[in-house]
Amino acid sequence: METILLAVSLGFVAGVFAGLFGVGGGILFVPTLVLALGLDQLHAQATSLLAMLPVVAVGTWRQRRYGHIRMRPALVLGIAGAAGVVAGGFLAESLPEGALERLFGLLLLAVAAQLAWRALHPRPTTP
Amino acid sequence: MRLVLIGLAAGFFGALFGVGGGIIMVPLLILTAAYTERPAMATSLAAIGLIAAEGAIFFGVRGDVEPGYAALVGIPATVGVLAGTSLQQRLATRTLSLAFSVLLAAIAVRLLV
Repeated sequence: METILLAVSLGFVAGVFAGLFGVGGGILFVPTLVLALGLDQLHAQATSLLAMLPVVAVGTWRQRRYGHIRMRPALVLGIAGAAGVVAGGFLAESLPEGALERLFGLLLLAVAAQLAWRALHPRPTTP
Repeated sequence: MRLVLIGLAAGFFGALFGVGGGIIMVPLLILTAAYTERPAMATSLAAIGLIAAEGAIFFGVRGDVEPGYAALVGIPATVGVLAGTSLQQRLATRTLSLAFSVLLAAIAVRLLV
């Protein structure tokens, strides 16, 4: 019960994060699935991609209302992404579990540093 | 062409780490494709939808996706994203950025140590 509450709360936080920063929330889904729900790293990562879909759909719909999305570039990015997905997916599968978890930890640190840097060096946000 | 390369990199990162790739798409759009912050974030979010779907299919056919767990974190997150997008329109997010930065660093330490 406690783990479910923790997972639900962290899921909510991941959504707020996703909405604020225009990301999918995977950076928080993956550790939630590993640390709170006990999935192994590869299954957590795969599951995170599915969990992201409704979040991104709602986020995109909201952003569309505000008129910030450039649709054609988004399509180019997403379609070109497919080849990268296949390469990254095979690499994730071939790496040992511990290595994948460590790499993910390093990614988290990098994102934390990037966030702190952006907060401390704000750039103009007018579209 | 630049967008194709950014998309490739985002897809690679996305599938390798189970994220959507927004982490690298947003800064790359800002730094190399002359996007300002909000259009970069919004455009990246739409692209993440495609990349996450591609990734979910890639891992799904291999039986690596756990749909019940995905719902457990994904449904509350869908509520959270409504809060996040309206906050983004309303306030300077400096404090929240720092708070998230601390949260992520703490999780990283927990995973690495």
